[in-house]
Amino acid sequence: MRTLINVPKTANKGEIVEIRAMIAHPMETGYRTGENGVPIPRRIIHRFTCSFAGREIFAADLFPAMSANPFLAFTTIATQSGSFTFTWTDEDGTTQSAAAEITVT
Amino acid sequence: MPSEPTPRLAYDRPPLDEVIRAFTNGMAVRTGKVTLDLSPLVENGNAVPVKVTVESPMTEADHVRRIALFNERNPQPDIAVFHLFPGAGRAEVATRMRLATSQKVAAVAEMADGGFWMAEASVVVTLAACIEDLI
Repeated sequence: MRTLINVPKTANKGEIVEIRAMIAHPMETGYRTGENGVPIPRRIIHRFTCSFAGREIFAADLFPAMSANPFLAFTTIATQSGSFTFTWTDEDGTTQSAAAEITVT
Repeated sequence: MPSEPTPRLAYDRPPLDEVIRAFTNGMAVRTGKVTLDLSPLVENGNAVPVKVTVESPMTEADHVRRIALFNERNPQPDIAVFHLFPGAGRAEVATRMRLATSQKVAAVAEMADGGFWMAEASVVVTLAACIEDLI
């Protein structure tokens, strides 16, 4: 699944930065039917986490009422240069990760 | 005295106030501190932008722990629960949700002191998210 992360490349120490994360995913509710009335099986990302330098800074429990290609935007205070890690976990246990670097001066 | 019959939804789900009560564990919820940024009229129920902001300094002593988004008339009441931490700078989260029909949306924030605050907004949806098999 393709992911799209938006983190500023640089920030001043103490600055509030906005982080935006999106993943290509159908978030299939299990309520829809496809051709010939065959139900489309449920497929849902139920957990998203964002960590910085190994410490969780944001997490979300997601439900079928989230749109397809779930998008999340949140903030953090830039304290030091380092790497954000993003993880999406499906109900079936599969996970997908992405990372983004920030340079703090 | 016979009580008014409760209007039944097309699917079996708890009403919004009951869902909020379950989230707060029965604790009182005050209106305020929470801003629910949501267009009153949306064309496409499949991707409705929503932003929740809570008044909070987001310090160790005083921060928002969780923000829950609930709907009134989707097949399931939950939309998302966001977990926030001190150092976030702002208690602000934006996302996109599905709305099956015109309805109310509620955002409930749990603070570090254990208090709950909320905001509600009503949305008119002209093209509903796809659940027609249920109705």
